[in-house]
Amino acid sequence: MADPVLSLRDLRIWYGAERGAVRAVDGVSLDLLPGETVGLVGESGCGKSTLGRGVIGLLPAGAGHAGEVNYKGQNILELKPKRLRAMRGPELGMIFQEPMTRLNPLMKISDHFEEVLKIHEPKLSRKEARNRAMEALRGMGIPPTRYKQYPHEFSGGMRQRIMIALALVLRPAVVVADEPTTALDVLVEAQIIRILADLRRNFDTALLLITHNLGIVAEACDRVAVMYAGRVVEQGPAYDITTKPSHPYSRELLRSTISLSTTELHSIPGAPPDLVSPPPACRFHPRCPDAMQICAQQWPTTVATSPGRRSECWLHSKDQIPKGLDAPLEREALAAAEEA
Amino acid sequence: MSRAGSLRGYVLVRIALMIPMVWVLLTVVFLMMRVAPGSPVSATLGGKLPPAEIAEREAALGFDRPLIVQYFDYLWDAVRFQFGTTVTDGQTIGSLIVENGGATLTLTVAALVVALVFGLPLGLIAGRYRETIPDAFIRVFAILGYAAPPFFVGLLAQLLFAKNLDWLPASKMASPITQATAEVHTHILLIDLAIDGNWDGVWDVIQHLILPATTLGLLVMGVFIRLVRVNVGQALGGDYVEAARARGVSERRVVSRHAFRNALVPVVTVMGLQAALLLGGAVLTEQTFSWPGLGTRLLQYLNSRDYIGVQGLITFFALIVVFISLIIDIVNALIDPRVRY
Ligand SMILES: Nc1ncnc2c1ncn2[C@@H]1O[C@H](COP(=O)(O)OP(=O)(O)OP(=O)(O)O)[C@@H](O)[C@H]1O
Ligand code: SF4
Ligand SMILES: [Mg+2]
Repeated sequence: MADPVLSLRDLRIWYGAERGAVRAVDGVSLDLLPGETVGLVGESGCGKSTLGRGVIGLLPAGAGHAGEVNYKGQNILELKPKRLRAMRGPELGMIFQEPMTRLNPLMKISDHFEEVLKIHEPKLSRKEARNRAMEALRGMGIPPTRYKQYPHEFSGGMRQRIMIALALVLRPAVVVADEPTTALDVLVEAQIIRILADLRRNFDTALLLITHNLGIVAEACDRVAVMYAGRVVEQGPAYDITTKPSHPYSRELLRSTISLSTTELHSIPGAPPDLVSPPPACRFHPRCPDAMQICAQQWPTTVATSPGRRSECWLHSKDQIPKGLDAPLEREALAAAEEA
Repeated sequence: MSRAGSLRGYVLVRIALMIPMVWVLLTVVFLMMRVAPGSPVSATLGGKLPPAEIAEREAALGFDRPLIVQYFDYLWDAVRFQFGTTVTDGQTIGSLIVENGGATLTLTVAALVVALVFGLPLGLIAGRYRETIPDAFIRVFAILGYAAPPFFVGLLAQLLFAKNLDWLPASKMASPITQATAEVHTHILLIDLAIDGNWDGVWDVIQHLILPATTLGLLVMGVFIRLVRVNVGQALGGDYVEAARARGVSERRVVSRHAFRNALVPVVTVMGLQAALLLGGAVLTEQTFSWPGLGTRLLQYLNSRDYIGVQGLITFFALIVVFISLIIDIVNALIDPRVRY
């Protein structure tokens, strides 16, 4: 197996808030191999965007961090701002959720491309830069005739393709795409997902694709990491997890996405926890249908359930549960635990 | 549609829109001047002349005709830039504009330059370093500049820089020697002196200009500072700036190229309103510094209840503001491509 191009080790990111630190990412370890697409899924507010920004070192001023984001043998979170900035673009790229507001309204598309190419590849002549930009745009299906136009002259889907071209023109090794299709309609979404799925074949770019749509994961990802309350609770090959999830949260999340075979719409009862004071032990126990008493008391260990697949749940190490604590967590206890 | 074509279309529409705007403005000015009882002549000279003579003058000026006729007459005159003849000193408004307009133009342009040269950078600093001590100082400065009336600021400036420190002249546009030697070419003293190569005279006028221009500039500067500050701050926290940072664009470039340029758009947008503020402020500033401009004239006619003088100058001011806002909108369309659609 190739060496990972990016590896997160016990990454923690928190935001300072009046009530205490919001622990948005709370001990995540994850690898990205060259050229692979990894999906990052989870409910709203579980820390996906925070993780994605952490990966390219683009955290807001008030955020704290611990752990490592290793890229080419260095922890990018420890780099000097200037070094980090030089890496953003040519090494680490990002695509955002809302394409409508991500381009400077006063700058032509050409200005956007020429700006990044001039910053990161100053030796490129104007003409070469133009050709590179046009080529990247053509790859995204934007005709070269529109190169000199302003952002407002494009639809949302086209703007997102421009954003992708703008990230790819520098040929970065890692790209984070944070819900790149959430703001777009279904047809455009399918088109963008196809483009991203094609990346796997045509580029060496590793893609971290953040989404809350498991359908997208099945279609476009090699592997998937399921995130809940700041932690990656399960990760493994996309096909395995989307067909046979082993963690109760993955299973519930999968059931709650609309499927063609059933018309019923399932939802996970309750809401993701407050990340200032998340539930003790397994974060999912207040909502987990399989919760046992131990789940509210002791942190589950991470178990490799099959090659390349890991899951953080007591169900996989039942033999290690002390006697009596494998009894189902009762409703009263559940309520009490929530109060604690 | 080609871009140039759409720009031309925008400009044509904008010019067409000027017609109703000007019409409403003229009507408002006309009505304002006529709500007072009696005709302009009797208001000015009533009690000073025998009633028969007043009636005669009214008839000569057409004030004995029905109001509606006078109204259309006024409109027709205004579109031909004929604003009438003052009652008290028998000058045409046109000649007043030629004679005193240059001084007002000099003052307002200088004030605008002061406001932009200091206001834009201060706003940029405050917006870039929000919630810091420099930001707090700049904000207080902006509010004071905007809130303090020009005659008060002007008086303080005269006391400090003219009386106490004796660095600058306290009032008038030039010293008597400059006035006496200046020849008239354009009716703009500064330019006339430059044409004659009278550099001592130019320097003399500039010295006279500094205090009033700063006083008036402070008034407008406050608005610029606050606008730029808010918009730079907003842009720096905005989506496209974050996206630029994610592409490795340096903070310096993010501020100057992305945030500042976008913050200038609203500044240009309010420039039309600023023109009105500038002209209003100029009236008070001219008064304070005995600056021989249209504002001083306006106050003179106001005091002597010369309605034609007041009406003529106000109509002219209003037209200027409308015209400037037209120019501003066109400039805006050139800067911001979204405006054209
Ligand atoms: N700049 C910030 N300052 C303070 N708290 C923040 C900030 N950004 C995010 N948070 C908090 O951190 C937690 C995780 O947010 P994040 O945006 O990473 O979640 P997410 O999984 O991307 O959610 P979504 O699916 O809604 O985009 C949330 O509780 C959020 O309120
Ligand atoms: S550890 Fe317990 S509560 Fe957590 S997911 Fe597994 S079974 Fe559910
Ligand atoms: Mg998010």
